[in-house]
Amino acid sequence: MRRVAILGAAQTRFEACKASLAYNELVYGVVREVLDRTGVPMREIESMVTASQDAYDGKTISGMAINEVVGAYLKSEAKVAADGLQALLYGVARILSGEFDLTLVVAHCKESEGDPAAITGLMFDPFVQRPLHLDELTAAALQARRYCRKKGLAPEDVALVSVKAHRQALKNPYAQRAGMFSVSDVLASPLLADPIHELEAAPRSDGACALLLASEARARAHTDRPVFIIGIGNCTDAYWTERDLAEARALQEAARRAYAMAGIREPAREIHVAEISARYAHEELMAIEALGLHPNLVELIAQERAACINPSGGPLCGNPPTVSGLLRAIEAYAQLSGEAGARQIEGARTALAHGAGGICGQNQTVVILQRE
Amino acid sequence: MPRRVAIIATGQTKHAARRLDVNIAELITEAVTRALQDADLTMRDIDAVLLGNMEPFEGFLFPELWAVEGWGGYMKPSVKFNTGGTVGTTTAIAAYYYVASGIYDTVMAIGFQKQSEGHTQTAITTVGDPIWERSVMAGAIGNFAVMATTYMHESGVTEEQAAKVAVKARRNACLNEYAHLQMPDITVEDVLKSEMLAYPVKRLDMCPQSDGAVAVIFAEESKAQRLAPRPAWIKAVATAHEQQYMGDSPKRLAEMRSLIAASRRAYQAAGITNPRRELDVAEIYEVASFAELAMYENLGFCERGEGGKLIDAGVTELTGELPVNPSGGVLSTNPIGATALIRVAEAALQIMGKAGRRQVEGARTALATGYGGNAWTDILILSREKP
Amino acid sequence: MDRHPHPESREAVSREETTLRVPFLLDVEYRYAVGQYGRRFFTELRDHARLMGVRCPECERVYVPPRPVCGICYHELHEWVEVGPEGTIVGWTVVRIPFIDPMTGEQRPVPYGFAIIRLDGAATSLYHFLDETDERKIRVGQRVRAVFREKREGSLRDILHFRLLEE
Repeated sequence: MRRVAILGAAQTRFEACKASLAYNELVYGVVREVLDRTGVPMREIESMVTASQDAYDGKTISGMAINEVVGAYLKSEAKVAADGLQALLYGVARILSGEFDLTLVVAHCKESEGDPAAITGLMFDPFVQRPLHLDELTAAALQARRYCRKKGLAPEDVALVSVKAHRQALKNPYAQRAGMFSVSDVLASPLLADPIHELEAAPRSDGACALLLASEARARAHTDRPVFIIGIGNCTDAYWTERDLAEARALQEAARRAYAMAGIREPAREIHVAEISARYAHEELMAIEALGLHPNLVELIAQERAACINPSGGPLCGNPPTVSGLLRAIEAYAQLSGEAGARQIEGARTALAHGAGGICGQNQTVVILQRE
Repeated sequence: MPRRVAIIATGQTKHAARRLDVNIAELITEAVTRALQDADLTMRDIDAVLLGNMEPFEGFLFPELWAVEGWGGYMKPSVKFNTGGTVGTTTAIAAYYYVASGIYDTVMAIGFQKQSEGHTQTAITTVGDPIWERSVMAGAIGNFAVMATTYMHESGVTEEQAAKVAVKARRNACLNEYAHLQMPDITVEDVLKSEMLAYPVKRLDMCPQSDGAVAVIFAEESKAQRLAPRPAWIKAVATAHEQQYMGDSPKRLAEMRSLIAASRRAYQAAGITNPRRELDVAEIYEVASFAELAMYENLGFCERGEGGKLIDAGVTELTGELPVNPSGGVLSTNPIGATALIRVAEAALQIMGKAGRRQVEGARTALATGYGGNAWTDILILSREKP
Repeated sequence: MDRHPHPESREAVSREETTLRVPFLLDVEYRYAVGQYGRRFFTELRDHARLMGVRCPECERVYVPPRPVCGICYHELHEWVEVGPEGTIVGWTVVRIPFIDPMTGEQRPVPYGFAIIRLDGAATSLYHFLDETDERKIRVGQRVRAVFREKREGSLRDILHFRLLEE
């Protein structure tokens, strides 16, 4: 099979409210940076895939506001209304089809412009669930309680994930929230929806990111140390009330597909760094287990062996939905290309990026990246 | 080279103003079941599902994930697109690329919309840029009407010529058991005398709002040959965007830059030099009667300014040299998330020889278009011959 | 066996009285950032009743609305130039169908004139209202002039409408 490489990437600094920038200005910043970093002029890029959500942007066809700044005039752009890692998957398909040598992948979201609770409430069944005023957070809280009970996890165990995330984010200049918090700091932060505390949930965030995909031939002409995408997998679970929320079947299946494509048999040994789209602390525990990276992340953290799990800090340290998944691939790429600065994991050669969408991760994406 | 890809099956719901007998999931099931039956497949044969929908119309976020049982998506890879009027063709083109890439062998593309359940005017108003366009919008109809006068000025087409398009669509729709607006007795006079909405656009010049769903199954070469007696091969796909704002295109309908760019790219890839002669049938995304005439010109079916003469001469009638929208088109059926994919399904039916009473005899090459948002275009060319 | 026979035979399609519908009111307040380019444009409009665009150094198109990059050349845009307040009608209509005004949620009174207007000096056009509702008096190519509100707040509605100019 032909292979797809990443030529370069960029992200904004993530902030609670980027009030000074309109969407097209926000996105232009990261696209310009990708072009400048890679030296690829826009006229050579014929294909773009973007990710955004109409409900967050308060605009029907949210991609319209940015198609000019992503260089799409008279070119082929498509918008996925899904997590940003899904945009990357489609970008990979476009290059593997042989029709395009380059594809620009972009995701944006500004949670500050709308009302995230009302917006995520639109994911719920209109007949019997919307009258209950559910939102993403309340569903996540139900899942957290169910998962912790099933696994025998204490509140301190989940809080430890937040401690690790915010500590690691201190090394990430793009992070919105970072700090040396203790377990008791986390458990003393306001309870948003029992058992989830403020420091265990992704903060409301604004930002964008972009990445340039290339065919293997194009990548080889560009760099002698390309980073390839060697495995992809996606899977859709049942609606949240039709499954055991303590199980992550779709993620297991997405991972199985990605590992099979990448030829990975022992993920715990072969994956050197993982970037997980956990918008809530318990989701990181679930994901590490479902991905077969370790049976118990709490143990890893306690042994100080978890530096390679979300070295960026992950979504807990701030990045909005839709952007999260693509940003995980960008962080994984930064690790493999040696551009991760203070958060660099030494010797990382194979990395995993994870994305999720829907209520309690109903749609799951796994991408495996590797440098030569 | 990309792998060869063909459409092997299609399924549509009965489209109607209000499908109150089903919810969104059940509506999708109706189309999916028919598509699977068309090729004698089950969901086990489908590697991945791509969906198209404009969720602002029903007030949803991820409606497809709520409706997952309706399309058999459990444990399948899936993704949803949302690109306005083009969303159906965006989804079809993505299905093509996914199969061509080798990632999946069979992909089902689904488009769905229940416009009766939401507020269409509001959803269309919010297409406008909130800062630069929304405060001075006149709705879909007003915004279309100002483009129509530009086109009339440039090309000299008349209201009567546009009315002929509206008549052709609703009469063709009578041959299509799935179509929403079927008006066997409609006349040019009826269209001209229908309520003036915004000059020159009268009620019967515009598309309806519909509830409906469509499913189309794409397969790689060996599967396609095994599963379909006469697959509809994808010969070319193309997408082209306009600039960002509504006022950016200098001549709007009179010079549709994205339609010109995308169609010429697709013609070249398919080896077509004279589309009027070499295409046997076209299913195009015409939201209003005037737009179809403009599209004739911009697709190269005729010279600039000759769109009105083409309809006068009957060239695009079902019995003409190049039938356009034998299905009745968007003017007869418009569940937005499905509409462009219905164009693809109808073009495929023509190639597969399954178009029933609306069949264009001997159709070997078909064009399908999607047109949406701020004037961008998708094109697919389907053929009885392998690419 | 067709689980879904053609619905002409399905009574349910037309029997609305047998169905049940659940109402849901979506009420989300958005706070859209106008951005750097918008801020400059709307400040000039509010404070000086002046319309501004940005010129592409490569193709020399002047863009209104102003924006960070020329979609055609992909060149960054920094050179501000004044456009209008007169312009030319590119396309027009008189809206007679009641339509909900997105800014108020109320139906906007009909009829009203509506047009695509190319401001003098600009390569692109704005959509805006006309002060005329007689179809016989409006045509493509006609000259118009922006009428500004006395009290301006920094929005596109600081232009009340465009007035048809005598010829």
